[in-house]
Amino acid sequence: MNLKQNINPVIRDLKPSGIRKFFDLANSMDNVVSLSIGEPDFATPWHIRDVGIYSLEKSRTHYLSNSGLPELREEIVKYAARRFGLTYAPENVLVTVGGSEAIDLACRVLLTPGDEVIVPEPSFVCYEPLCRMAGAKVVRLRTRAEDEFRVTPEALEAAITPKTKLLILSYPNNPTGAILPKENAMALAAVIRRHGFFVLSDEIYAELTYGGERHFSLGTVEDIRERVLVVNGFSKAYAMTGWRLGYVMGDAYLIKMMTKLHQFGIMSAPTTSQYAACEALREGDDDIASMREEYDDRRRIIVDGLRTLGLGCFEPTGAFYVFPEIVSTGLSSEEFCEKLLREERVAVVPGNAFGESGEGFVRISYAASLENISKALERMEDFLKKIRG
Amino acid sequence: MNKVENNEKLLKQLEKNGRITGEQLASVLGESAEEIRDTIAELERDKVIVGYNALIDWDKTDRELVTALIEVKVTPQRGDGFDRVAARIYQYPEVTSVYLLSGGFDLVVMIEGKTLKEVAHFVSSKLATIDAVTGTATHFVLKKYKDKGVLFEEDPEEDRRIVVI
Repeated sequence: MNLKQNINPVIRDLKPSGIRKFFDLANSMDNVVSLSIGEPDFATPWHIRDVGIYSLEKSRTHYLSNSGLPELREEIVKYAARRFGLTYAPENVLVTVGGSEAIDLACRVLLTPGDEVIVPEPSFVCYEPLCRMAGAKVVRLRTRAEDEFRVTPEALEAAITPKTKLLILSYPNNPTGAILPKENAMALAAVIRRHGFFVLSDEIYAELTYGGERHFSLGTVEDIRERVLVVNGFSKAYAMTGWRLGYVMGDAYLIKMMTKLHQFGIMSAPTTSQYAACEALREGDDDIASMREEYDDRRRIIVDGLRTLGLGCFEPTGAFYVFPEIVSTGLSSEEFCEKLLREERVAVVPGNAFGESGEGFVRISYAASLENISKALERMEDFLKKIRG
Repeated sequence: MNKVENNEKLLKQLEKNGRITGEQLASVLGESAEEIRDTIAELERDKVIVGYNALIDWDKTDRELVTALIEVKVTPQRGDGFDRVAARIYQYPEVTSVYLLSGGFDLVVMIEGKTLKEVAHFVSSKLATIDAVTGTATHFVLKKYKDKGVLFEEDPEEDRRIVVI
């Protein structure tokens, strides 16, 4: 049997990440200083882990309600109101296996073949494959360093066609560290209102903004909120990536449709994680504050360090990434990363992993110890000296 | 003199990492490296910053070292309270820390020595013989798990996540 002809052609034709080769190389080497990890370097705060352990001791090892533990959904509602001014009820919340599942569900519930989805770039790698799996066509929208990697209303207008069904926004942004302040978001809201498509707002990094400005959620904009699905989760805010727990909030009917799909595909999100997550939401605000402070310290050090090395660097005020431009080195993103890895044993991620518009940049994660950040900066200094001659 | 406004933040950074550089502190605090240096010098002069140490796990070395924690009961002295007897104790170089406590005993004294015998000898001949000391209880440290916020036994498992998108 020819397997290739018998599997779903959409999956067959999905390109595996072009930089796979680079990952394999990085993973085969020793003594690598890695600033290439897209997750917190902190362990989950102990009191949260402890509640997870306690739930196991109490034999809470069964499935939970499909849409999530009722008390967790209530805590999510309170949290979203307290931290971001979002006004949802428990029926507007579905607890998912990470934010990723929520994104997948949203795509599959909203999209039909022939629909177009506007996906800004550079951005996290999962949006395009998931949209295509749902049969939709992806329209890429380039964001630019000179716009601080924000989607502008003009660029958005230009990408819209009668087939536009969904816009995916992800701020604070992986990989650029960009944020979308309120006035910029409101300008986009006007366009969204006029054209009437849906918005999937991936706000997984919402807690990680620096410089005083809190994340502004499009889910708070009254006259478009029924068309906005807000995705968030516990991974980045509470350093809980391995617990695989996220949620989506939005119109009750949309949530109901997504719950139907979730029920068949997943049953319910991990039970231990849901109990731990209740603790995170009730008692975790201080953990967020102290981790954010720590990230902010490192952010300042690495941005100053990169600028001292002469790498153009847009000031990132969200997530835990810096996205310096490396065009001045005369190397492509992949060449830069591969050479830096081979010659100086520093791992950073080529910008083009996040879409073609990421070419000319590299993503550097500062979710790493100060010691490793300093070491990486020293090694990069040597590297750049050699390249510049 | 140039001074950093936010001393508390500066001190917290140094407490966490005594080896952080002036340049790094300048980035974190948004001040110039010169201001940072001047401020640290002043804090050192004022004895707000009283010293810098490395945290060493001597168990991983060949050095023989015994640490003991000694509860000490003391009769306070008229006029000086506990300070004078504390001073008599902390002058000994083998004493690494002395704290005054509330509760069932008065002072806790940390002592380092080469052997159990040496520490026991110190307690019986030097500490217990001080007039104001009315009683001691010596606890030998068997293992240090965490000190000054730092874990001594990190998870030995190697982290193989080099790249995560």
